[in-house]
Amino acid sequence: MLSIKDLHVSAEDKPILKGLNLSVNAGEVHAIMGPNGSGKSTMASFLAGREGYHLLRGKVQFKGKDLLSLAPEERAGEGLFLAFQYPVEIPGLGSLQFLKTALQEIRKYRAQEKLKTTEFMKIVHQHAETMGIAMEMLTRPLNEGFSGGEKKRHEIFQMAVLSPSLSILDETDSGLDIDALRTVAKGVNALRAKKNAMILITHYQRLLDYIVPDKVHILFEGQIIKSGSKLLAQELEKKGYEELIASYQKKLSDTSA
Amino acid sequence: MGADKDLLSSSLSQDYAYGFSSEIETETLAAGLDESVVRLISEKKGEPPWLLAWRLDAYAKWLDMEEPRWAKLSFPPIDYQKMIYYASPKQKKGPKSLDEVDPALLETFNKLGIPLREQEALSGVAMDVVLDSSSVATTFKKTLSDLGIIFCSFGEAVQTHPELVRKYLGRVVPSSDNYFAALNSAVFSDGSFCYIPKGVRCPMELSTYFRINAMNTGQFERTLIVAEDETYVSYLEGCTAPRRDENQLHAAVVEIYAARDAEVKYSTVQNWYPGDKDGKGGIYNFVTKRGLCAGTRAKISWTQVETGSAITWKYPSCILKGDHSVGEFYSVAISNHHQQADTGTKMIHIGKDTRSRVVSKGISAGQGQNTYRGQVQILPSAAGARNFSQCDSLLLGSSCGAHTFPYIDVSNPTAVVEHEATTSKIGEEQIFYCHQRGIDTENAVALIVNGYAKEVLKQLPMEFTVEAQKLLGLSLEGSVG
Repeated sequence: MLSIKDLHVSAEDKPILKGLNLSVNAGEVHAIMGPNGSGKSTMASFLAGREGYHLLRGKVQFKGKDLLSLAPEERAGEGLFLAFQYPVEIPGLGSLQFLKTALQEIRKYRAQEKLKTTEFMKIVHQHAETMGIAMEMLTRPLNEGFSGGEKKRHEIFQMAVLSPSLSILDETDSGLDIDALRTVAKGVNALRAKKNAMILITHYQRLLDYIVPDKVHILFEGQIIKSGSKLLAQELEKKGYEELIASYQKKLSDTSA
Repeated sequence: MGADKDLLSSSLSQDYAYGFSSEIETETLAAGLDESVVRLISEKKGEPPWLLAWRLDAYAKWLDMEEPRWAKLSFPPIDYQKMIYYASPKQKKGPKSLDEVDPALLETFNKLGIPLREQEALSGVAMDVVLDSSSVATTFKKTLSDLGIIFCSFGEAVQTHPELVRKYLGRVVPSSDNYFAALNSAVFSDGSFCYIPKGVRCPMELSTYFRINAMNTGQFERTLIVAEDETYVSYLEGCTAPRRDENQLHAAVVEIYAARDAEVKYSTVQNWYPGDKDGKGGIYNFVTKRGLCAGTRAKISWTQVETGSAITWKYPSCILKGDHSVGEFYSVAISNHHQQADTGTKMIHIGKDTRSRVVSKGISAGQGQNTYRGQVQILPSAAGARNFSQCDSLLLGSSCGAHTFPYIDVSNPTAVVEHEATTSKIGEEQIFYCHQRGIDTENAVALIVNGYAKEVLKQLPMEFTVEAQKLLGLSLEGSVG
């Protein structure tokens, strides 16, 4: 599904990703963990096509296509979804109108027929229920006046309606209380399927108690320094990043010596 | 910012979709203006002596006036002697139905996406269509006349209801009001007249499509709406104009008279030719619109969506004379490319407990300059008056400008006046968020701008809302990369 090879990316002339390698198959859920400033959010934003980053070298293949040659909206059309860490507000624009436009545009990209409003509403009702989203909330302007928890739930709700192949959740758990976290996890788990993949970006192992990943990667200074099973996240929770990083740096100096 | 510039320069490609000229035979006077032209216009229209006298008086006043230059607009001097003051489609007699209307004319409207037949059949909208200066088709007259409503061309009203025209003409906008109103009063060619008799609620939206059609012809429309006691009427005005390289002057006057418990809603979608992306051509739109809430609890509401014209100079206003009367002004004004808009409103509070509400949403893109100019005046007599004004500006790109000039003058201590203003930019974050959901830049800008303007758009009658939403998106196509 997704293959990242030797990816080097800078922002404002500062290298952020320095040789990132990652491969995600359909049906898998990967967790990317790492301390602040390790490049987690850059990875998410860069893959989605946000401006302001420079590709130094490397390749990203998404479903067999060169992802980096596509415009951000084309990436969405191909089935890439980013759940934003800080969803932006668009005053006056109704949430449902926005979502309907998004779905129609994605369908247009895929040369699928326009969805009838009744069909669209059916999809909306189905997922709103799972995500515990009141219809009243969807009549409000996009993210305007939403609480932190509402914004995150709304991101996952959009993900459910748009039904992407690859979802990247950028710190969706941050700022959520335990109930909201459970709701979000429930929504995410409902979307796990053989044909879909997910990348969870998170600081904390807490989220992984609810969404159990197939693989866990530790990102540090723009590289994945360790990969493992869900046990790695538990190990990390016990020992903290410092010990992991120290042993990585030791290994590094051993090989260069 | 470098990327920003590239995006902007690669943009601005949206062509004006209505730039064509229909080939209808027109009868045209030679260019230039003097007393004989005023007399000739009046004669051509078979007007009574009192109206000729009124025109001549206005002409004399105009000669003594100077073109106003206080607005934040820059344009070359207008040569009033180079303009043509009368052009009328040649028609044998007034058509009784659409079948009798010149097919080329109907085709023009079809190109504009305003098929009259469909309008007539489907939407229940009565249209008094003005092409250049004379009315060529008036529909739904029968339904309206059964209710005693008069809705016809101004020229026709002068013939059939001279006493009403004489009673109200110039009552709200006197010919001496301003330079352009004086010019209009002297040479107005045609326009619309609407009269709602006491106790009648007009059951349909009344609509007029204006369209400048003959080369180099100034447009001087005159609209007069009179709503008697306990009435309601909603009036729509929409314009599209064909492409022209030479600037064209448009100086219309709209007067509204609202008696006791009368409510008049006046909505405009203005899409005159704005000039090309280099600022060449386009309509100069100098309009005087004013409503008088003469009676107790009268209400006048102006809603405008201004997307066209090279220059817009327009301040639809309300004089709140009747106690408890209400004035409203809802506006969206776009200036893209080299368009300049200096628009706003005046709310003059005279009566007790009068209320006014102003919501202005300016949008600037390209090199566009957008100015809100609003006056709120509370006279000593206006005890308990209230005003709320909100003026928002939205900027797209970094070469455009937004300006706000509120004038507030309060002479009664019990009045409450509130003014809020904001300026914002369409954020890259907002655009990226849309992109990430599969929405391209043009659709994203349209969504964001329509969200921004929603408070105004929702004031429009249903028939106009969709058209206006599309127009906003179209007007800004290519203005963000």
